[in-house]
Amino acid sequence: MSNHAKRLALALICWLALPGAATALDVRIGYVQWVPDAGPVLSNVTPEPEDAGLRGAELAIDDNNASGRFLDQHYVLESHMAESEEQAHAAFERMLESGIELFVLRVPAETLLAMADTAAERALLFNAGAKEDTLRTGDCRANMLHTQTSFAMLTDALAQWLNLRRWQQAFLITGPTDDDRAWADAFRRSAARFGVELVADKTWTFDADLRRTASRELPLFTQASDYDVVVVADTRGDFGEYVPFNTWLPRPVVGTQGMMPVAWHRVVESWGAAQLQNRFRELAGRDMNGDDYAAWAGVRSVGTAVTELGVAEHGTLRDAILSEDFQLAAFKGRRLGYRPWNGQLRQPITLVHPQGLVITAPIEGFLHPVTDLDSLGYDAAESDCRIHP
Amino acid sequence: MKTLLRTALASTLLVLASPALAGLAYVSNEKDNSISVIDTESLEVVETIPVGKRPRGILLSQDHTKLYICASDDDTVQILDLETHEIIDTLPSGEDPEQFALHPNDRWLFIANEDDAIVTVVDVPTKEVLAQIDVGIEPEGMAVSPDGRWAVNTSETTSMLHWIDTEDFTIKKNMVVGQRPRHVEFSDDGKVAWASAEIGGTVHVIDVEALEEIATLDFAIRGVNQDKVQPVGVALTSDGRYAFVALGPANHVAVVDAQTLEVLDYLLVGRRVWQLAFNEDESLLFTTNGISGDVSVIDVEQLAVTRSIEVGRYPWGVVVTP
Repeated sequence: MSNHAKRLALALICWLALPGAATALDVRIGYVQWVPDAGPVLSNVTPEPEDAGLRGAELAIDDNNASGRFLDQHYVLESHMAESEEQAHAAFERMLESGIELFVLRVPAETLLAMADTAAERALLFNAGAKEDTLRTGDCRANMLHTQTSFAMLTDALAQWLNLRRWQQAFLITGPTDDDRAWADAFRRSAARFGVELVADKTWTFDADLRRTASRELPLFTQASDYDVVVVADTRGDFGEYVPFNTWLPRPVVGTQGMMPVAWHRVVESWGAAQLQNRFRELAGRDMNGDDYAAWAGVRSVGTAVTELGVAEHGTLRDAILSEDFQLAAFKGRRLGYRPWNGQLRQPITLVHPQGLVITAPIEGFLHPVTDLDSLGYDAAESDCRIHP
Repeated sequence: MKTLLRTALASTLLVLASPALAGLAYVSNEKDNSISVIDTESLEVVETIPVGKRPRGILLSQDHTKLYICASDDDTVQILDLETHEIIDTLPSGEDPEQFALHPNDRWLFIANEDDAIVTVVDVPTKEVLAQIDVGIEPEGMAVSPDGRWAVNTSETTSMLHWIDTEDFTIKKNMVVGQRPRHVEFSDDGKVAWASAEIGGTVHVIDVEALEEIATLDFAIRGVNQDKVQPVGVALTSDGRYAFVALGPANHVAVVDAQTLEVLDYLLVGRRVWQLAFNEDESLLFTTNGISGDVSVIDVEQLAVTRSIEVGRYPWGVVVTP
């Protein structure tokens, strides 16, 4: 069937789904969140909101229902904020038993994989939490899509920009957590891909001299003959905020602090984003972040597919969402779709500093035979996953 | 008659020490809180008028003496007197007005309130709000059919056209179109409506009598990523010959044969082209280019871009007076 014929067929289906022409459709979506405690941090000036993710899902339910009321489709979110992994699993299984077959999850990678295996062919899951690249390159599941960006997508965006600016001598500082190491691994790969050289690659342990403050320690820690930029991998915001202006050489700081690659940030306003930001602020009383955006994108993907198809069966939705024709309008200046091999949502990555937007990647000039969005993150040939033909 | 009028207008303007003689194009600059005024003969900016915050949609009263301006961040519609170039009044508009359309009765203004998911209908002379109609998320495009029967609103996030009956201000039909519909334009005879879908990359041509889609147009420009082809503004020549479609970040305007619905050409203009307006005899088409902050001028006979004119930051809407 040609694209045109498909579109006509879809239009026809939508026509039939108009009020009076079809019975009401109820779409239940489960949301489970479990975020392990990251431990004490040096800098807790701007703590992460505890409901990050949940609020994005809630907003998307409102958005879905705004379309749904013209089509007699009704969306409900059942959410659970777990305090432990056991609670998260229990809530997930309870929702599965109650017949929910669409889920948006903000849980760690291991928990996510266990849930995907529990659900097996009973549900479609959207990963709105875990950024691990292993979930995109090997540990894929046929019933698991990712609206959360991967570490590699973020660091590729950053490395493209370093290349653009010709800031190609980097000093990398990695924190002690697993996430820090995963971020740094992703950055090392991105550096090799986009021609950035690591003149230093050091791990921050803060065990040098505890009588000194971080700001006294950092100039010494960042001594090197020369570098263009300092790259920080500190995902929980422990020491990273102390790196800018405390480096040995007067150089910019990028990475998880300073200028950061993010999926979403309050400074994003183009392409109608200002409206999404306003709606979110009204709902949540705070700014929207990347975790909110990932959850929003998952629930909206369901809404978009249901609007088009007029059904809510998870297998049908999965095939539609993974098809080439699927288009998610997601306030990033272009239509978004999913990578068929690993279910990752393709999306532009924005580079921001706390008060402004620097640039949006993919950056013009980094070419790709299929779509330049695939210059961010693991491409088909680099991934062992094949979840969709 | 026209000459007479023009002379009369000219002398009025001379008294006001304005240099303009020809038609004037008014361009709203979203991030400069101003309106740029372009002389359509000399193709130069002759004046910049400060207005309310974040001006977006603009339109003319039917006698061309007043300009209505959606000042989105001031939550109001301002009325600019085109003789004195002063804001003479404001209208209640609901929150965050973005685009609007005037009923042929020259009284009812249909305003899309983007943040509130409603369409507000205001009776201009009395300033009375006649109705507020619930529509989908992010209502954007507004158009009223030439016979005044239909007001059509596009809701961006809901991806629908809402057909509002102007007799009782209720929605009679919801049509699902491509993702993120932005703009609706009726043909002069009112038989056909053109609706653009920004993210869908399509233009939907609709039979107004049957309220059915006749055709879906796709666009493809050599060397431009398909994701960047994002149709927004549509302008139709009154002779039914051409449709011009602004393609957003593709930085081109598509020329479509309005009869055969075949895409004839793509014209390179400034960056992120959004809205379009003809001059009075339709020999020139003006385009607002948001990112490059300029207006491109298209010669309609030659189908060629002849000029670009620097205006304010993020030009959004454009209208032209005779």
